[in-house]
Amino acid sequence: MDLLLQSCDLITAFLLIYGLKRMSSPVTASSGIVLAGIGMMVVTLASFLYVFGVSGEARTHLPVNLLLGGLALILGVGWSWWRGHRVPLTAMPQMVALYNGMGGAAAGAISAMELLAHPDASNVRLAITIAGGFIGSFSFSGSLIAWAKLEGKLPKPWRPRFLQLGNGLVLLLAVASATALPALLPNENLLALFFLCSFAFGALITLPIGGADMPVVISLCNACTGIAVGFEGYVLHHPALMIAGTVVGAAGSLLTLLMARAMNRSLGNILFSNFGETGQEEAQVTGQLKPISAEDAAATLCYARKMIFVPGYGLAAAHAQRKLYELAKRLQEEGADVKFAIHPVAGRMPGHMDVLLAEAGVPYEMIVGLDEINGEFPTTDVALVVGANDIVNPAARTDKGSPIYGMPILDVDKAHQVYVIKRGQGKGYAGIENALFTADNCRMVYGDAQEVLGQMLLSIKELVGQR
Amino acid sequence: MDGQTTLTGFLAIYLFLLAAFTGYEVISRVPAILHTPLMSGSNFIHGIVVVGALYALLHATTMVEQVIGFLGVLFGAANAAGGYVVTVRMLRMFHSGKPSKTAPELRR
Repeated sequence: MDLLLQSCDLITAFLLIYGLKRMSSPVTASSGIVLAGIGMMVVTLASFLYVFGVSGEARTHLPVNLLLGGLALILGVGWSWWRGHRVPLTAMPQMVALYNGMGGAAAGAISAMELLAHPDASNVRLAITIAGGFIGSFSFSGSLIAWAKLEGKLPKPWRPRFLQLGNGLVLLLAVASATALPALLPNENLLALFFLCSFAFGALITLPIGGADMPVVISLCNACTGIAVGFEGYVLHHPALMIAGTVVGAAGSLLTLLMARAMNRSLGNILFSNFGETGQEEAQVTGQLKPISAEDAAATLCYARKMIFVPGYGLAAAHAQRKLYELAKRLQEEGADVKFAIHPVAGRMPGHMDVLLAEAGVPYEMIVGLDEINGEFPTTDVALVVGANDIVNPAARTDKGSPIYGMPILDVDKAHQVYVIKRGQGKGYAGIENALFTADNCRMVYGDAQEVLGQMLLSIKELVGQR
Repeated sequence: MDGQTTLTGFLAIYLFLLAAFTGYEVISRVPAILHTPLMSGSNFIHGIVVVGALYALLHATTMVEQVIGFLGVLFGAANAAGGYVVTVRMLRMFHSGKPSKTAPELRR
């Protein structure tokens, strides 16, 4: 029986890593996730073989435990399967955050159970159990906050005074209770205090972070859950859990760093410096916002030869990706050269815009990355910014006092004419003024991206009809 | 784990080390276009935590452990299944875009 279990673990470990490897190329990606899925099925079914290894006191509880386990599996799989299929594509980032948080919670649960069941384990094992519990709970609450922020349930970053001090105290309390735990186990109150502090710490760290930085936070929480799972895998002597957890931990950490680098900010800067506090030295943006109607903007688009579309989170929020592609196709029919410029951190996840445009059916040839497209803006007739803000803010190039100074941006302001489709006059997620909007060559088209693009399409149809 | 693979001391550290390098290598040469699906995919992979939660639940002896174990399995299962569905849905969209073989080079 043990041989069968161990073979299943081995096969799974192989399938998960091989699946992840295949996922890292667009051509083989779909088969990669299916392979990993098969591995997961195998290991989950095989885990019911543990039944034969249960002995002692737990044996009398086995029927109840089996029932509970089966019920939890069915409920968990059923709910998330249903939810995952129903959620619109634009809400994918928060779903990843939510599911990731649940993984963290599960790792925390394992840690709690192990501490209660084996309070007499060796110190190394206890330490790793506790560390895994801390990281898991941290990831749980951090992901929940990230989910709530992206869902729009927490509209504003929450930055009370003395927040750093509060964070420090909570962390201190968590560490103190963790140090006291091994000696005082199985003290349930202390255990509860420890998990509560870890949970609160994750929430407090994440609350003041602006929505624009959420991709980095989600990625970090993803890596944390992986590490927590790896630790609990060690505690349970389960190699597949260890390997899968550690692989995700390492891959997630690297992904987090890549993302932070794309924003030209260090991880510590994102996590601990609050946006807005540096705002005092920020240069004042002067000048007028110049609104223009969708019809007038469409008339210019009609006569432009070369255009670059710059999508941002607003496009995702308005579900306007198909309309935007429709507009691009229409303009191409008129003989214009249309490209999509994608900033690495546009949207709420790296590659968020790639996914959106792929959904709308935009061919790869039309999508261009930051480095290649930036040289083309000076020769571009019209740059159309749809719901993007911080990633086109020239302050990142010029204003040393700006919180986003040094972040590579799309040089939209160098185009001959810029149109910005925006819902209102508010600031972007970073909460800073955008000098682009008041520039001489920029006009604002206010409104929901979906409606504005629809109006533009209509106007172009009329204009072309008159020719 | 009774009679299962025993991982002690240095052997465990070797395993951590090699697994960490594997994860690093797998991600390090990935085009930006796949970052989101890959994050989602790795999110699915740590859903394997459900197995650990199941193991702990099956060995539970008290009411408190059973409740925590139930929640653990519930959340772990949601992580695994949800991560899978979301990743598959994301990757399916790349198909409709007819990925060309030169795509990763173009994007980098």
